[in-house]
Amino acid sequence: MVKREDDYQKRRAHLASLSDEELRARFWALTGRLVDPMLALAKENTTPAIERSVLLRMGFSSLEAKALVDGCMERCLLGHGAGHVVYRYARHEGLPIREAGLALMSPEKMDEAARLFGGEA
Amino acid sequence: MSKYILPPDENIDVRKILEDLEHYRPRRRGWTWREPAPNLTMGPFTYRDCSKPLKDGVPLPPAHYFGDVDPQPMPVITTEIASGRFEDDIRRMRMAAHHGADHIMVIRTSGQSHFDGLIEGTPQGSGGVPISRKQVRAQRKALDLIEDEVGRPINYHSYVSGVAGPDIAVMFAEEGVNGCHQDPQYNVIYRNINMVRSFVDAAESKCLIAWADMAQIDGAHNANATARDAWKVMPELMVQHAINALYSEKVGVPKENICLSTVPPTATPGPCVYMDLPYALALRRLFTGYRMRAQMNTKYIESSTREATVTHVLNMLVSKLTSADIQSTITPDEGRNVPWHIYNIEACDTAKQTLVGLDGLMDMVQLKQDGYLEDKARELTERAVLFLEEMEEQGGYFHAVESGMFVDSGLFPERNGDGIARKTNGGIGAGKVIKREADYMAPVTAHYGNNNVCQYGGDPSDPAGLIGGCTLERPEKIVFIDELDEDDNVYLRMNAVKDFARPSASKIRPEMEWLADGTVLLTLCFPAEKKIAEAAALECARRMGLRDAAVISREVLHRAEGTRIELRGKVDFDIDISSLVIPPEPDVLDEDALRAAIEQRPMRIVCGTIGEDEHSVGLREIIDIKHGGIEKYGVEVHYLGTSVSPEKLVGAAIELDADAMLASMIISHDDIHYKNIARIDRIAREMGVRDRLIFVAGGTQVESDAAKAVGADAGFGRGTHGNHVATFLVKERDRRSREE
Repeated sequence: MVKREDDYQKRRAHLASLSDEELRARFWALTGRLVDPMLALAKENTTPAIERSVLLRMGFSSLEAKALVDGCMERCLLGHGAGHVVYRYARHEGLPIREAGLALMSPEKMDEAARLFGGEA
Repeated sequence: MSKYILPPDENIDVRKILEDLEHYRPRRRGWTWREPAPNLTMGPFTYRDCSKPLKDGVPLPPAHYFGDVDPQPMPVITTEIASGRFEDDIRRMRMAAHHGADHIMVIRTSGQSHFDGLIEGTPQGSGGVPISRKQVRAQRKALDLIEDEVGRPINYHSYVSGVAGPDIAVMFAEEGVNGCHQDPQYNVIYRNINMVRSFVDAAESKCLIAWADMAQIDGAHNANATARDAWKVMPELMVQHAINALYSEKVGVPKENICLSTVPPTATPGPCVYMDLPYALALRRLFTGYRMRAQMNTKYIESSTREATVTHVLNMLVSKLTSADIQSTITPDEGRNVPWHIYNIEACDTAKQTLVGLDGLMDMVQLKQDGYLEDKARELTERAVLFLEEMEEQGGYFHAVESGMFVDSGLFPERNGDGIARKTNGGIGAGKVIKREADYMAPVTAHYGNNNVCQYGGDPSDPAGLIGGCTLERPEKIVFIDELDEDDNVYLRMNAVKDFARPSASKIRPEMEWLADGTVLLTLCFPAEKKIAEAAALECARRMGLRDAAVISREVLHRAEGTRIELRGKVDFDIDISSLVIPPEPDVLDEDALRAAIEQRPMRIVCGTIGEDEHSVGLREIIDIKHGGIEKYGVEVHYLGTSVSPEKLVGAAIELDADAMLASMIISHDDIHYKNIARIDRIAREMGVRDRLIFVAGGTQVESDAAKAVGADAGFGRGTHGNHVATFLVKERDRRSREE
């Protein structure tokens, strides 16, 4: 930011008449307006770390989770959810979740999974 | 499950902790606050603000005057432990718990923030510990044993940040970690991790933190440590706290688990309480319902541990005058960066001592409700509101960071143009935020955001139901990785020092952080200016055979007359424990035997403090009946007072026909105490009465063998009680009778 003198006295004019209670309410209302759009972003997006954390919870090791997420990323599948990819593949193949995930460590099987989501692969 | 229980008088056996870790499950999840004990009575005292006492612990040094009471203040007390070797940290955690810590915070190895995934195994760290499942599990397991020993739950804590925040949050939730740092702003400002990714990841992490009932601490204190003039970021700090607090709350973390990491920003020689108190007050008023984690000032501490300790005591005065739910204890060595066992313990004791010493303060004093304090608190709040307004004008958080609004050294709205600016599409992990498709689905618990489980007939309130429960409901699904690196793991490190590993060690070496590290600390004083003193200290170290010597602190006593140096170095030698000569415990007759011996044959003694010395406390402890002194066994005591000359002592012994003389000598300068012992002995000989008088010398600097060498029959130093002296008198009289 460009340098600026302390113009607090001038800037505070509109706050001067607020009670302490009103000032605090203003503080929290402003904070709410700043965090809400970021929460919306979080609801609508995902990341490799989130997807790894989903796979950890599904019973995969950190090494397996990383490999599976990388496989999904390469095939643009992350938007469906890495856990979803494993889940759909398991249902399709009639496999338990863990076995399905371990199978998807092989690129060919991951390509098959991509096809289940209408992907090219 | 392991059946290992900690023997109270033995070292913890880290090998036993590591056994069968694969099957260990944490006994609980969630954070624990201390249990209040209003109007607690301990020894002669009643406390107003203390918590339930410990079952076992190490009280403050003077506690022995008061029946060894060890009152525990109300705030949870933190200690930060991370030497790079988690196996050695376990022993330090036990020491800290016995000194009152119930929040063990483990600092991560440098660079872990940028590690894209979980670290596995037990590699050595630098500046902290690589946080892995095995390391976390081992330490939580050790803390289970330690908390049973001290009789109070211990909270275990590390960091959920960096590019693998959600991975770590899952692991912490699974492993029963009780508290963590989580604040996306920390990623953004200090770790240059992409902003959008940091906030998206944070929502997932916070969801897990909420599920695991962890206490969450934010990262705002870092702005204090970074800004040039730490007190000028106060308005911004309120904003940073608010963003993380409200973001967390909206994700679902209960307000009472959201802790603000707040630091009194200023330090002496500034008028720090005057500057810090209005800020502390403003913050607590603005954030009602949230918790305060009172961090200590690190920005301005130098290498003097004394100076750091005083700063921290002043910080705790602010805690006491306002509030603190968690009291942090930055180790007083922070400014010299030698994170050693002893400093964790010093810091815990400083907190305990200060908070107990200030017990009941607010029953007597009240903060003024008008004038400077109120005006300043209001001003800071207004400045924070103005900060938020400008953020909104800039177009929201991301734009505000892009414009460099944060960590600017001007007191907002003043700007110095030196803030930390980040690009919305830049930083580590940029471009890895992916839009969720309409069919996006994650069949797990504690997942934030859109989750289309309905497409498979799943229940949105239980997404993990689709897979029969995830690891959070069914921990047996967790995959435990033991070690990945055969050249860098705990077994190799422990094997290298196995002769020193206790219990059952054959060898011993001094230690500051790692087993058998050989590190020692020397304090030296030279009558010279700094540079000469420093060079002379290193030369001393060389001649003393110390390796890796380094000066860690220098303080001017006078620019020419003197410099105080603290120096660390390492010794190479090992000490064979079986070769040590350990003096036997003092021989003490029990009370009845002493009474009977004196009743059978009465004894009369004369005593006094010798030389130009007005001290009487030590001798009074030895003789007075009310201190458990020798009077209580029936000995007839003639106390001559202080500043007694050797001649007068011997003369009185003759006149009163005493059996013994007790000479107390406190002043030891120039060995005057030993000179006086010799003089008493000589006068008694010249008077021809030495053989029939038992002569006992005592004082804090009196050492038994040295006292005997110059003519006393016995010498008693620090820690002596009346029964020790009475036992000697009775036994010595018997011995002489037998010889006659």
